Amino acid sequence: MNFIPLTRRAVGTLAIAAMSVALGLPAKAQTPPGVLVVGQIAEPKSLDPAAVTAANDFRILLNIYDGLARYKPGTLEPEPALAESWDVSEDGTVYTFHLREGVKFHDGSDFNAEAVKFNFDRMLDENHPFHDTGPFPLAFFFSSVEEVTVVDDLTVEFKLSEPYAPFMANIAYATGLIVSPAAVEQYGKDFGRHPSGTGPFKFAEWRSNEAVVVEKNPDYWDGAPPLDAVVFRPITDANTRTAEMLSGGIDVMVEVPPDALSEFENDRYKILEAAGPHVWFLILNAKEGPFSDVRVRQAANLAINKKAIVENVLEGTAEIAAGPTPPAFGWAYNDELEPYPYNPERAKELIAEAGAEGAELTFYVTEGGSGMLDPVPMGTAIQADLEAVGFDVKIETYEWNTFLGEVNPGLEGKADMAEMAWMTQDPDTLPFLALRTGAWPEEGGFNSGYYSNPKVDELLEKARVSTSQDERAELYKEMQTIVQEEAPWVFVANWKQNAVTSATVENLQLEPSFFLILRDVAKN
Amino acid sequence: MGSYILKRLLAAIPVILGITVIVFLIMSLIPGDPATAILGSYATPENVEKLNRDLGLDKPLVQQYFIWLGNMLQGDFGRSFSLNRPVLDEVLERFGATLVLAGTSLVICSILGIIAGVVSAARQYGVADKAITFIVLIGISIPSFFLGMMMILLFAVNLRWLPVSGMYAIYGGGDLPDLIRHLLMPATALAVVATGVIARLSRSAMLEVLRQDFIRTARAKGVTERNVIWRHALKAAMVSIIPVIGVQAGFVLSGAVYIETVFQWPGVGRMLVTAILTRDILLVQGGVVIVAACYVLFNLAVDVAQSLLDPRVTT
Repeated sequence: MNFIPLTRRAVGTLAIAAMSVALGLPAKAQTPPGVLVVGQIAEPKSLDPAAVTAANDFRILLNIYDGLARYKPGTLEPEPALAESWDVSEDGTVYTFHLREGVKFHDGSDFNAEAVKFNFDRMLDENHPFHDTGPFPLAFFFSSVEEVTVVDDLTVEFKLSEPYAPFMANIAYATGLIVSPAAVEQYGKDFGRHPSGTGPFKFAEWRSNEAVVVEKNPDYWDGAPPLDAVVFRPITDANTRTAEMLSGGIDVMVEVPPDALSEFENDRYKILEAAGPHVWFLILNAKEGPFSDVRVRQAANLAINKKAIVENVLEGTAEIAAGPTPPAFGWAYNDELEPYPYNPERAKELIAEAGAEGAELTFYVTEGGSGMLDPVPMGTAIQADLEAVGFDVKIETYEWNTFLGEVNPGLEGKADMAEMAWMTQDPDTLPFLALRTGAWPEEGGFNSGYYSNPKVDELLEKARVSTSQDERAELYKEMQTIVQEEAPWVFVANWKQNAVTSATVENLQLEPSFFLILRDVAKN
Repeated sequence: MGSYILKRLLAAIPVILGITVIVFLIMSLIPGDPATAILGSYATPENVEKLNRDLGLDKPLVQQYFIWLGNMLQGDFGRSFSLNRPVLDEVLERFGATLVLAGTSLVICSILGIIAGVVSAARQYGVADKAITFIVLIGISIPSFFLGMMMILLFAVNLRWLPVSGMYAIYGGGDLPDLIRHLLMPATALAVVATGVIARLSRSAMLEVLRQDFIRTARAKGVTERNVIWRHALKAAMVSIIPVIGVQAGFVLSGAVYIETVFQWPGVGRMLVTAILTRDILLVQGGVVIVAACYVLFNLAVDVAQSLLDPRVTT
């Protein structure tokens, strides 16, 4: 056995070879011109818009597909996309869409009324031949759709079982994106890895856990995009994502950790921020224990220093929430509401009036989760504030999945308060699912704190079926005033999404929908 | 030898089956279910029930396990619902990446560890020995993910010598030099602790061998010191070093979970973590079966190598 020379020389040669290969090559400009590299937070689950639920996946999908409608830039209001216009019947149950002519899917097949019907039937009809390409977890957004009818090649009619005001917001949401029926027929269950839509970028390649690549669609109906290609890279670790951005390996980074933002405050980068339709709150158990008294719930709102949480824990990446509806909803938001001030003295008085001094509170905190921001430090800060006004707060921490399994069935008999956050595309869904009496957990809703007010129920039911936006706005504003006063939740924060781009990236704007719209973005 | 290997392989089957039963049970015992993971805030009992039905998770646990086992024995590992593709495709692809990373790492730590240990032993209590012992102690004490992050900061962000993460460059890569550039930091970070362990054990193994009679005989015959150490002593010491390398292979494989996360390496370790968080039981099962099989095979190879080196070990 010739151990010595082999080992030594081999090691030496190998090490030198490796180093020279690695270091000898000049560090090339890592992102080519015309190609935008986006650092995502995770590998997409699928590129079938009907099959996914995560904002991370939507960021890719919105660039491959179009829906019948899309959100007007900077708002959550639907504007025409694949449908040039639509009419709503008097009673709000029939929507007729007039489709854009001459649009083709990336695979060359025609976009028409049949394609629209195929898309919604695939999701909603269990007997559809391609229903097995699911499951379609968010299909219930369209559960009010009774029937989709092809009137002629470019006209399609949706019949709803009852008037449903958020319908158009859902049509413009990612779940309403239109896929190519021909591609679904060709690839079946694997369609999610061979997507074909009508969007500004065509799918090119998906290298598992490395990158999804999409290329310019020169025939895009709304004008070809300036970029030649976009690469979406999954980089799960936030520190690694930051390092990639600093080293020039990516051009755009989403969900920048607050403490890393300062790294980018120079002219090599641009920092983008936009408020989203997000609200972070504490569910209070209004059925039993100290929070069954409205004064104690108000006291909790007064005792928690939300300014400190937003500025110190979240480092300015969120704003103080005033009520249950995020300001991002514009027309539905009641801007006369002032957030509860930080007033521990008043909180103590209210607690004393209610006779709840020194009450023991069980507080469910999650370790992480969609939209939950920095739940553990936030929970600890809240615990400290509540203890300062005389409560005895016991935190129980759970992993996100387990947490949902504990909180969604209701807090009764288990806890007095729990962290929660929601992000929705319309102002209807959250209050409807989480504040109505009819949404108590045993009824299948998310009102885990058992808040109940017949007036609020009435306002919410009415707002959901009204077809007049002005009337809806009035109803929602009234609801917010009542709910803020009765404080079934502690309203804590509205998250501002952020992103960092290199200075060469132009025209990128963050949307309140949290979508990443790249059709007008350029890179110099 | 052939029948011994066959016997060991047969014995591995119940081990792997046992592991699948345990993993299946643990995955079913942890709270939360896949439907809740997918639906997030929209997980109403009604939606969860429907989705679980669509995913085929509404059947009793035992039935689910045997359906999985039956399919697996026919080579069908099922479909991952969190990734929406066949489990086997995903696992094999990812496992290849892990093998490259862990394999390189194992080679690095074996070579460096043995050299450090031998040099240390040959110069017992000398300057080299003390320096190596000190460095080894530091290496063993630094958590690999921390070392990884520091390496990224220095070599990728500040010096810009190496890419931060991934396995290949997105554009213009894909060849061997590109792979080596991406591999250098993660493989080194992963190797550091194991190098320390191997160095320490090589040192003590060598010291023991160097005290034996045949070494004194060799020296008395006038064999050069270099040959005594690298040819005679090391060969004898390898008998006790090789099993340590076998154990370290397990540590390197499990350490890959952290390193793959830090360096965004598309390997099986990171896949398993994600699969557990999304309660993707089929993907977890598939991944664990492959990793366990690999571990069993590697240990078998170590035992065989040892019996070849040491005539006292019989098969």
